[in-house]
Amino acid sequence: MLVGRSLFAATLAGMLALATTPASSQTLRYANQGELKSLDPYTLNESTTSAHLGHVYEGLVARGKDLKIIPALAESWETPEPTRWRFHLRKDVKFHNGDPFTADDVVFSAERVRAKGSNFQSRVPADAKAVKIDDYTVDFILTSPNPILTALWATWYIMDKKWAEANDAVAPTPAAATTPSYASLHENGTGPFMIESHQPGVKTVYKAYPGWWRKPEHNLKEIVFTPIANPATRVAALLSGEVDVIEPVPVQDIERVKASSNATVLTGPELRTIFVGMDQARDELLYSNIKGKNPFKDVRVREAVYRAIDVDLIKNRVMRGLSTPSALMVAPEIFASKDSIRPKFDPDAAKKLLADAGYADGFEVTMDCPNDRYVNDAAICQAIVGMLARINIKVDLLAQPKAQYFAKVLKPGGYKTSLYMLGWTPDTLDSQNVLHDIMGCRDDPKDPNRGEANLAGYCNRQFDELADKVLVEADPAKRDLLIKQAFEVSMKDWAYVPLHQQALAWGVSKKVKLTQRADNMVMLYWATKQEE
Amino acid sequence: MSEAVVPHTAEKRAAAPGWFRRALDSDLFYSFRRSRIAMIAAAVTLLFFLLAIFAPVLSVQNPFDPAQLQLMNSRISPLWTADGQSPFLLGTDEQGRDVLSAILYGMRISLLVGVLGVVFSGGLGILLGLTAGYFGGAVDGLIMRIADVQLSFPAILIALLINGIAKSVFGNKLDEMSMLAVLVFAIGLSFWVQYARTVRGSVLVEKNKDYVAAAQLIGLPAPVIMLRHVLPNTTGPVLVIATINLALAIITEATLSFLGSGMPETMPSLGTLIRIGNGYLFAGEWWIVAFPGLALAALILSINLLGDWLRDALNPKLR
Repeated sequence: MLVGRSLFAATLAGMLALATTPASSQTLRYANQGELKSLDPYTLNESTTSAHLGHVYEGLVARGKDLKIIPALAESWETPEPTRWRFHLRKDVKFHNGDPFTADDVVFSAERVRAKGSNFQSRVPADAKAVKIDDYTVDFILTSPNPILTALWATWYIMDKKWAEANDAVAPTPAAATTPSYASLHENGTGPFMIESHQPGVKTVYKAYPGWWRKPEHNLKEIVFTPIANPATRVAALLSGEVDVIEPVPVQDIERVKASSNATVLTGPELRTIFVGMDQARDELLYSNIKGKNPFKDVRVREAVYRAIDVDLIKNRVMRGLSTPSALMVAPEIFASKDSIRPKFDPDAAKKLLADAGYADGFEVTMDCPNDRYVNDAAICQAIVGMLARINIKVDLLAQPKAQYFAKVLKPGGYKTSLYMLGWTPDTLDSQNVLHDIMGCRDDPKDPNRGEANLAGYCNRQFDELADKVLVEADPAKRDLLIKQAFEVSMKDWAYVPLHQQALAWGVSKKVKLTQRADNMVMLYWATKQEE
Repeated sequence: MSEAVVPHTAEKRAAAPGWFRRALDSDLFYSFRRSRIAMIAAAVTLLFFLLAIFAPVLSVQNPFDPAQLQLMNSRISPLWTADGQSPFLLGTDEQGRDVLSAILYGMRISLLVGVLGVVFSGGLGILLGLTAGYFGGAVDGLIMRIADVQLSFPAILIALLINGIAKSVFGNKLDEMSMLAVLVFAIGLSFWVQYARTVRGSVLVEKNKDYVAAAQLIGLPAPVIMLRHVLPNTTGPVLVIATINLALAIITEATLSFLGSGMPETMPSLGTLIRIGNGYLFAGEWWIVAFPGLALAALILSINLLGDWLRDALNPKLR
């Protein structure tokens, strides 16, 4: 297990550094390619944003350095019956404004996270009830058993009910909101850092919260975050010592940074799968010259797109070898089956399939793509545009910063896309999340959260049945078989085009020790910086 | 100057030499022939224009057509280096785009935006300058105060502002051609002031001269007097500004594109190419940024030298 080893090494390094940690006095400067827009923890379900807000807010549970679920705001929990989870809350926790943390806040957050406009609705099942037993005990009553309920909760952050009500922030801020809400510009969490100032897209300053209930492992006084979109500028900032941590290091510059005397690159496989989706739900594509019908509804067209994309070439050229082409919609560390082989790249077959489907002359479609989210995202999309052009599908590329991209294509924006590229790490680190959130039908009356991030609108009831069985199956071998069957169904439907898992690449100053997590969340509360 | 009021006789017209002959005999051409720098600059500028016009013939691929880009051919270094490959004289970028073809096509965009920007800003500036100078009074005050306010901002800031507004109005749905139009508009609006002020100054001098009074006496309408009689006498300074502004407009376009708010990567101008290439400098892939940068520098330098010469040649004090 490669992840295990690199995690172990990183953790060890972190612990060694810890032994000589002086008092909190350091300023750590961090630059990411993307900006932090909203501070509202329910606006955008995206790892970078969740990582940022994970310094400020906390969930009932958290993920440790090895990605295991550990207690956080909930001290312990039990399941007295399969449909009832009981959480015992910590009694020594205060929000940054001094409000005590109680069961009311959990009940409030459970409502808010499922309210309209939230991008985290699937965190708590729609038909689940959160019931306050006493000030420090909360029960979650489910209608059907869910053995992995807490697996998603490390990024379901608990908010202060009193604060939200006092500041007109009871409703979550939707990603597509054009005017910022109070909660998107201010925070009141329980986490290790408070936000001192926040200028979206410019600079965010975090200050250590002295009243944190955990003993800090970091030695930081503050974290200064600046988004630096230009990859060369980001690398230059790291090499010149202007910033201490950057994410990501552009693949072309990894060697250069490694060779430098004052910084290095932490690398490892990431659990994120990058894939291409095609809108197969609408009867007519939103952005295409074909009117009255949707070419992507035809399975032959989807297969043609799949076969026209050469992932190995993308790996060798765009990713410079730093990606693992993927047959499945999950990383091999999460689920692997030797029977799942990626169908071959075959542009001639693709052309023939298109001709059979009645599109011998191709068609035009717009592709949505982020340009500051994944490693080389816009370059990958450009490469795909070229590959599809060769089978006569003329793609108009709309590559834009993630804030605009997500606001347009995600559920709060109305899934406004015809063809897109997205990356997904299941927050549960389990296939079920992908089967449910990414590939499940969007219009399931019994489960409105199903398919929340299924921008393509892929829908196969047989697939959903398998996904439901996966959720409740306790026997690992049987469960794996069900997962495999589900993926086979979706592959037969050519539902999505999985591309690859990208490599993690964090640029870190030699003065800084930190822990790299395989979910690519930069958690600086484990970072220590040498005295200057 | 008196041509407008003294009609030509038939004999005179027949005896007059052709325009080409007259151009060769002019002071301007004499000064041109004597300035080696001007001749070289003119030749280089002409060459760039020709290269841009004939880009489709000269390029090995159309870099704007994704179907012609082969990812297989990406990141090839220039031909004379160890890893060079024919036919990619100046190497290729990450998408397999031939750098030379991209420069030629990018130059088209840069020159097109530059020329259209100059025409737009020139037209606007001349019109407003003529109006302000000819009518004077409140009209003059209004136009010139607007110009003063605009002069207190750097032109690039105004271009960015207009660009930003256009983007928020039209959303991100702008395709390449409308992006080009927005750029022309933004550049045009940022550079009209200089024309307006210059033209207004010339008009103030000219409008009290007898030929204008004569034209007014025979009852010609104001627009005709302004355009047919006053305007031709302001062409010298306007020409100088236009030449220097062409270089400025191209640079502004390149700056906007470099900042990411100009031409998109699917239809790159020189500025966009420099932005793309900038990301590969640390990796040692210098050719992706170096050659577009050199091309832009050479183009701007030659146009600027030409503009400088023109300014000196038309300045009577320097003769």
